[in-house]
Amino acid sequence: MTNIGVILTLIVIFGGLLWLLVRSISGREVDRRIIFLFIFVSVAAPIIFQITFKERATPVVEALFANIDGLPAGSKVLISFDFDPAMAPEVQPMANAMSRHCLEKGHKIVFMSLWATGQSLMTTTLSRVILPEFPEKVNGVDYVNVGYKAGNEGVLNVIVSDFKKMFPTDVNGVPLDSTQLFRDIRSCADLDLIIALGGGRPGPKEWVLFVGDPADVPVGVGVAAVVAPQLYPYFPQQIVGILGGVKGAAEYEQLLIATHDRFVDMETPGIDMMGPQTLAHVVIMAFIVIGNIAFFRSRSKGGSK
Amino acid sequence: MSRTAVIVFAGVVALFVVSWMVKAMVLADVSETNIVDAFMVTVAAFLTLAIYSFLYKDNPYYKFAEHLFVGVSAAFWMVQGFWTTIVGNLLPRLSEGLATWFQQPYQGGGYDLGVFVFPYSIMYWIPVILGSLLLMRLSPQGGWLSRWPLALIVGTTAGLNFVRYLRSDFIVQVAATFVPLFGRDPHPWQGFGHFFSNLDLSASGQFVALLSNWVIFIGVFCGLIYFFFSKEHTGAFGKASRVGIWILMITFGASFGYTVMGRISLLVGRLTFLFRDWLGLIS
Repeated sequence: MTNIGVILTLIVIFGGLLWLLVRSISGREVDRRIIFLFIFVSVAAPIIFQITFKERATPVVEALFANIDGLPAGSKVLISFDFDPAMAPEVQPMANAMSRHCLEKGHKIVFMSLWATGQSLMTTTLSRVILPEFPEKVNGVDYVNVGYKAGNEGVLNVIVSDFKKMFPTDVNGVPLDSTQLFRDIRSCADLDLIIALGGGRPGPKEWVLFVGDPADVPVGVGVAAVVAPQLYPYFPQQIVGILGGVKGAAEYEQLLIATHDRFVDMETPGIDMMGPQTLAHVVIMAFIVIGNIAFFRSRSKGGSK
Repeated sequence: MSRTAVIVFAGVVALFVVSWMVKAMVLADVSETNIVDAFMVTVAAFLTLAIYSFLYKDNPYYKFAEHLFVGVSAAFWMVQGFWTTIVGNLLPRLSEGLATWFQQPYQGGGYDLGVFVFPYSIMYWIPVILGSLLLMRLSPQGGWLSRWPLALIVGTTAGLNFVRYLRSDFIVQVAATFVPLFGRDPHPWQGFGHFFSNLDLSASGQFVALLSNWVIFIGVFCGLIYFFFSKEHTGAFGKASRVGIWILMITFGASFGYTVMGRISLLVGRLTFLFRDWLGLIS
């Protein structure tokens, strides 16, 4: 079924592209809605026929993976969900994969959010990944969800010196002083790693500026693709690793599957999304080529310069 | 309202109801709250399609979904801010009674100033007053009062950001630009003979490390020259400036590529929802 689907998809898309090329060369306009239709087909077909590719991790992703993998069991890792449902298709797979990795390695996780929308997405990770896959892990001992606080950089500026001043209780109203995990945590300086997930402001960059650098705590980031290029200058001095967009998520999932037998059958939304990504990018590149061919041809005929 | 608009509206309503009923029947075996679940999935699918309908042309369904999104987002952030920060952090520090009323643990104590302890129950009235003053913006006569808390917010943010950005975005970034052009640990420079006889083209090899450092050096240098307008961009200076433009264009291209990937990811997310959760086409 998959093979037939792939063949059908390729025939439809490349046949259509050929038609577009002929139409463009002959000087006829192409309605923008036809372009949208092509993108729809190139994304929808791989989803329906579940076309996927094997990923190979890049050094920036490997660095973050190795950092989490190399921490001794019992290390304290903070994962901040600073994103909204619009970024969730890209960032949630990273959150799930890194939460799995941390718990598998025996690390303790503090979940928090600087975005109001991040709190419900945290709950999604807890209910769909941690509770069903790690039933032996105990809330308050192995992980704590401290929820969301308004204040953006102000929140970071407080927790860098006193965590419980800003988060006196967890999301359920349980005082953090009474939890085993927070016995040794006074400020962010007591953490072994911070993973900032997001793509807006406040987000990973603010974590580097307001917590990572002042408190000298390693920061790893998982970000929406749009902001990934802006974070590369911080690697490797100020950021230990970057997961950029769904490609970063897919690479991380691939590493997790390759190194941990337990995760061989886990859900891999990142890898699953790379099929549509690849085909859509091929189509967009074809559009660029067709557009240029049509442009140079019209110019050679004395058309618009 | 035109006749066509009425027909389209009736069609959309009919489609919504049919979708809801079919989905409810499908979910009947797996969920006790199948009718509510089916309604939620159908609403989400309807709103997704309403937003994407803009690609065809602007229409009332798109406007409805857009306005609903903005309104719900604003309300959601306000409610979250109230319950997590005002109820979670402020009220339990103002009084024990309020803490008990909102079922929060009382957070007595105070801020140690050295000579005396400033009780939270007094200190936290300052943000209450300043926050209330912000709302004076809604009053035509007392609007000027909102400038005071606003000035405090702007001043504090500027002060905090100045220090943080100066350190992390300027000093550390400048330091990171001073890269060794002829290698260091784990790839110390041992001469051209050693370099070519042990040529390693892998991502972690010496060649790639050196190439990266040279790109950083030339990129920063030429990029800065492009933005240096006190000298005419001619001769060698002009050529370096030209390289600077290329570096900038490649950077913008990389950003564009990532942006395309991000936007496609969003489309994949919505289509996956439509095909899996709504239509049940994929598992």
